[in-house]
Amino acid sequence: MTNLAHPGFVDPVHDAQAGFRAVLEAMARPGCVHVVAGPPEPPPPLDRATACVLLTLVDIDTPLWLDDAAEAARPWGTFHTGAPAAVLGHAAFALALSPIKLATLDAGTDEGPEDSATLILQVAALGTGRLLRLEGPGLAAPTTLAVDGLAPDFVAQWAANHARYPRGIDLILCAGDRLAALPRTVSIKEG
Amino acid sequence: MPTLLPSSPQSARQRWMATLARASADELTARAEGLLPTYTRLRGPELGLVMLQGRAGGTGQPFNLGEATVSRCTIRTEAGLLGHAYCLGRDLRRAELAAALDAALQDPAAHDAVQRAVIAPLAATQAEAAATTARRAAATQVQFFTMATMRS
Repeated sequence: MTNLAHPGFVDPVHDAQAGFRAVLEAMARPGCVHVVAGPPEPPPPLDRATACVLLTLVDIDTPLWLDDAAEAARPWGTFHTGAPAAVLGHAAFALALSPIKLATLDAGTDEGPEDSATLILQVAALGTGRLLRLEGPGLAAPTTLAVDGLAPDFVAQWAANHARYPRGIDLILCAGDRLAALPRTVSIKEG
Repeated sequence: MPTLLPSSPQSARQRWMATLARASADELTARAEGLLPTYTRLRGPELGLVMLQGRAGGTGQPFNLGEATVSRCTIRTEAGLLGHAYCLGRDLRRAELAAALDAALQDPAAHDAVQRAVIAPLAATQAEAAATTARRAAATQVQFFTMATMRS
């Protein structure tokens, strides 16, 4: 059975709306972990939240880059979203199952910061693991987010990303059926 | 409507998919009784629009004529066979039945039974309807050659 043969959303309109709301809330309150329903049978090696974000955000107008491990889900992604393949520097969305260098993604321009890429990173776990201390818009007081599976130098990479504001990439972390987001406006220190 | 497709490995499937796409939901329900496999919906059934292209004369440039509503469905049987269907119109049930029958026809064990009970009778009905339309149209055809000879 090819990887194409996995279903998408059961109810495309409402499931996508629920997925979008979760991503929106996660972006508005960085570090807050949300549980999503997602497709019932995500294609391996994708987790349910990763598949949900992909089906929600990606479509025919958003070039999609997948890392080598995620490439197995390419037929499924193309079938359900129609997203064209792109090289990393030109992709609107990048999906990775292991950490990649944030600087390799398209960060947009000062005139068009909205053209930047969004990285969907599937990590080992959210809520346990390495503690990150978050501060910035959307947070009344500094908060913490525990993530297992980030690059060892993630905080330094993020500092460089944050310093490029208004340019920069946004990050959506997915694990199992949980997701959290780190928009470019948030500043991160080791917790 | 009698489509002449080149004989390739896909041509048999193209023929039965074309027959299924032209059949109504009632026809499919009546004939597919007991022949449908157990399946999971992968995509749809859902509606969309396709752009129809027209061409004025044999040598004219293609132009966009307008959009048509299309229903489509993709299913997977328990054996892992994929069935696809695209049908004109808004009948979602029809697209789903056609996709399920497309998958059944790819199963060597079920192919002959479905071909006999569903495809053959539907193809015969459709060919007959096409022939009737062609006959009616032929009766109104003007023979320019005859007019030219009559004038002289």
